[in-house]
Amino acid sequence: MSKDIIKIEDLKRQFTMGTETVHALKGISFNIKEGEFVTIMGSSGSGKSTMLNILGCLDQPTSGEYEIDGVSVKALSRNELATIRNEKIGFIFQSYNLLARTSAIENVELPLLYNSKVSTEERRERAIKALEMVGLGERLHHTPSQLSGGQQQRVAIARSLVNNPVMILADEATGNLDTRTSYEIMSLFQELNQKGITITFVTHEPDIATFSSRTIVLKDGNIMQDYKNHKIQSAAEQLAKLPKQDD
Amino acid sequence: MRLLNLIKIAFKAIVLNKMRTLLTMLGIIIGVASVIAMLAIGEGSKESIRSTISNMGSNMITIRPGADDRGPARGSGGDVQTLTLQNYQLIKEQASLLSYVTPVVNGGGQVINGSNNWPSTIYGVNPEYLDIKVVDLQSGSMFTDADVQSASKVAVIGQTVVDNIFPDGQQPVGQMIRFNNIPFKVIGVLEEKGENTFGQDQDDVVIAPYTTVQKRILAIDYLNQVMASAISEDDAADAVIQVTEILREQHKLLDSEDDDFTVRSMEELISTFSSTSEMLTVLLVAVAGISLLIGGIGIMNIMYVSVKERTKEIGLRMAVGGKGSDILMQFLIEAILISITGGLLGVILGLGATVFIEKFLNWPTSVALYSIVISFAVCAVTGIFFGWYPARKASALDPITALRYE
Repeated sequence: MSKDIIKIEDLKRQFTMGTETVHALKGISFNIKEGEFVTIMGSSGSGKSTMLNILGCLDQPTSGEYEIDGVSVKALSRNELATIRNEKIGFIFQSYNLLARTSAIENVELPLLYNSKVSTEERRERAIKALEMVGLGERLHHTPSQLSGGQQQRVAIARSLVNNPVMILADEATGNLDTRTSYEIMSLFQELNQKGITITFVTHEPDIATFSSRTIVLKDGNIMQDYKNHKIQSAAEQLAKLPKQDD
Repeated sequence: MRLLNLIKIAFKAIVLNKMRTLLTMLGIIIGVASVIAMLAIGEGSKESIRSTISNMGSNMITIRPGADDRGPARGSGGDVQTLTLQNYQLIKEQASLLSYVTPVVNGGGQVINGSNNWPSTIYGVNPEYLDIKVVDLQSGSMFTDADVQSASKVAVIGQTVVDNIFPDGQQPVGQMIRFNNIPFKVIGVLEEKGENTFGQDQDDVVIAPYTTVQKRILAIDYLNQVMASAISEDDAADAVIQVTEILREQHKLLDSEDDDFTVRSMEELISTFSSTSEMLTVLLVAVAGISLLIGGIGIMNIMYVSVKERTKEIGLRMAVGGKGSDILMQFLIEAILISITGGLLGVILGLGATVFIEKFLNWPTSVALYSIVISFAVCAVTGIFFGWYPARKASALDPITALRYE
């Protein structure tokens, strides 16, 4: 039995908008085990983004318990949250969020710059290794403007891997990509997952869920469905089935 | 987060925006350069006044008839006849802080040698005059106390007078000249001193015994002034007080009455003349300082825009583990780097401008080390002061909002 990376217990999050109180999450409980590939689905307003912010330690719950890798997040200060994000979470965003006019390798090095335990040489080595893992070993010194959308997202994935996080947290990571490229990215995620990396993927696209091992569906701040996927599709196979591109 | 990493990050951001950085720096560059150049001009003119005056004898004290002529219009001191030979004698006897004293009478007139003539000024003095003025003879000798007693018609002349009435390179010592038709025998020539800062030619003089000048030339029995020198520069101020007391007693002035004479030391003269140039310097530096301030505001402006423009980047940095303090430091270091680099360039430009002013405008300049240190320090402080607010704003951003910022 592998250990729990994420433990969530009766988690609630409320916002005060003027005089009204909005209950974005109304008491959610679930655990994520090491090595899982979870998609969190839901339409807009379902509490998906709030869930993502809390999972990513960017926000804290109003009540309830959230533990990541054995650390309870509730009592942490702003700075301690930053350290948790730096050491335990790898972020991937819909719009890549790479630093412009900055080479791929420097973008990947970024999280390690904020970790004083990593030396300059080690930082470089780990950045190169991460870029090789996502298949960009040949493009270390390209800037984002010299890379395609898919390649930029690969740089972002390398950046999320570089600090050896306990979990990768992807926010609509294929939202800006065409079908072919998004399948390529999904197959990369599956590859990484097979190597034992835990992935939580927030999306509203149902076909993305078919590539994951488990799906949690949110609606109006509650969990509507939480099911294991017994027929995981291979993104690589789906990619092969797509009509060939005319070059 | 190591400081070195933050400096690297900040440096990179600056290099990525070369043009914008340079334009931001421009305000600081011009501010620092003008502060340095202005102070160099001010300092230079002050020094040149000081050197001129100490050339004239820094221990020198002058006593003139008439009240202090600073203030509203009054009669010219020259017309007042309250300074007499008795005053001079008493000062000579009683003023213990003075080493040399001479009466001075002077008047303008024409110096004539044969067919050559030249308008000059004759000074009637005693032999101590040379010690007070700290001047030597280049040839011949000075007249003696005996010449003063007998009111001999002997004279010592300056180089300008020599050049004009002995144009053929004749040896002037031993020659007869006339001043306002009174014949004088030239017995010595003063060494050249050139012009002083006020543009006065110090070599355009004829010096003769004061008795001779009083009787033969001016036909007066009072003195135009008394010149003296204090035993040392430090005693000059005390000597002024001593002379004032002696004269007040002799003139029988009541406590309620103002002095009917003016005693001044060179130190006072220096400060009188320096105060004008100092005021100008303060004014110029104030203007330069304002441009430095505007430069600082320029930095704040650009940093503020930069924070707005890079909100998303800040969000990302926070998401991947940048703490608020890391972000604060990054932007602060950026501001300080800009202002210090600007300061360095400003110092270089300021020194260049100073050299230019000295060489091509012929203004005396003197770069004071303190002006460089001060303007550079002001720069660093400006960077911190004006960089703080935008940096603080960046560090206080909410990572979620910053990440979603478009």
